[in-house]
Amino acid sequence: MAGELDIVYFAWVKERLGRPEDRIAVPDGVSTVGGLIDYLCQQDASYDQVFADRSRLRFALDQQLVHADAKLDNSRELAIFPPVTGG
Amino acid sequence: MITISVSQKDFDSGAEIRKIADLGGGAVASFTGQVRGDADLVALELEHYPAMTEQALRTIADDAAEKWALHGITIIHRVGRLQVNDQIVLVCTGSDHRQAAISACSFIMDKLKTVAPFWKKEIWKDGSETWVEERQSDLDAAAEWKGRA
Repeated sequence: MAGELDIVYFAWVKERLGRPEDRIAVPDGVSTVGGLIDYLCQQDASYDQVFADRSRLRFALDQQLVHADAKLDNSRELAIFPPVTGG
Repeated sequence: MITISVSQKDFDSGAEIRKIADLGGGAVASFTGQVRGDADLVALELEHYPAMTEQALRTIADDAAEKWALHGITIIHRVGRLQVNDQIVLVCTGSDHRQAAISACSFIMDKLKTVAPFWKKEIWKDGSETWVEERQSDLDAAAEWKGRA
């Protein structure tokens, strides 16, 4: 299992959660980014509100863009944010 | 030569273009993006993911350098609070021929808009704030490069 994982938030995800980051213990049985999001939403209604529309979320594991089905493996940092809008 | 910069500071696009020109080659292309003066817009706030941003831009530049024969690539992107008409981004490419320079510059901007971790918030005169939404036209433009060049 991945053990401890830092989660960092950006843009409106950060604003709506009201904090820039969390550190969580990844529970047994949670192996993917999407699985972890499901788990967080079950734990805490504040996540559920912000993560309600998954189609509006993007993810990076250890600073690499990934899809929700990506394996957490031994990643140290998960980032959750809206679609990027730079340039 | 690849130069990447992410900073709150403004940049001198003329000087940056000159640096690419000085590398030789017959063609220099550049794109500068600035804050568009939409009605009632006061400022943009640009947020980014510091641990990821520079590497994401470098990967885009490396991809461009593989696709085209380039002498140099410069990507500069600003973050923080920017006023109307402030410069946001500069992409400059140098090559022996114009097609390579122009295509590489366009490719880098299309990729930057869809994979580099920046987010824009618009600040309006009435004090309200809105996060900019992604545009389908940007996704389409980035997707068009797949399998090309």
